[in-house]
Amino acid sequence: MFDTPLDIMLTIGLVILSISTLGLVYRVIKGPSVPDRVMGLDSIGINLIGITAITSIILRTDAFLEVILLIGIIAFVGTVAFSKFLQKGEIFDRDRSN
Amino acid sequence: MTEATSYIIGGLVILGSLLSLAAAVGVIRLPDVYCRNHAASKSSTLGVLFVLIAAMLFFWWDSQYFSARLLLGIIFVFITAPVGAHLMTRAAYYTNVKLSNTSIQDDLRDKKEQEEAQLKRVRG
Repeated sequence: MFDTPLDIMLTIGLVILSISTLGLVYRVIKGPSVPDRVMGLDSIGINLIGITAITSIILRTDAFLEVILLIGIIAFVGTVAFSKFLQKGEIFDRDRSN
Repeated sequence: MTEATSYIIGGLVILGSLLSLAAAVGVIRLPDVYCRNHAASKSSTLGVLFVLIAAMLFFWWDSQYFSARLLLGIIFVFITAPVGAHLMTRAAYYTNVKLSNTSIQDDLRDKKEQEEAQLKRVRG
């Protein structure tokens, strides 16, 4: 794993991203309000995109690029649905008043 | 893959990781949900954009393969992460999450009171 300087630098980047994700997990557990926790989960999803990209560079394969797109789409849709649920109490509204 | 291009790619990856670490420090230490949301949306998005650009350049220079999926992922993250952060902050304000004690002004309070009075007039 440590045969080229590029692999050493990529491993350092993976360690730093993992420490950052652990800090976000602390905020998700100990957030005083519900929007704190949702924001922490959204940032964990964005960090997971970066971890997947670095892993695909280390393994020298391009098989994980669809996984990057899927994680991004799922994190965004979850954040939007949760914010609408917090504001109005329902996600699919039928009355069209606002 | 020469030596210089591998150092460029590793430097981009480490720079993006340090930006994500700065975002995590801001999320842990800032006093308010609005400040924390600001830190998380800005720095985390920029860090993961650096990492994705490094991955795209690696596949381009290593195996002469320009990945359109990574370009699409870069554009998608760049557009949607600030939109999600703004929607979450707006939901936090409208569900009456308190501002911190050190904040000075609240510019959105008058508009919120007007909307609540209008809703009361419509329903009552």
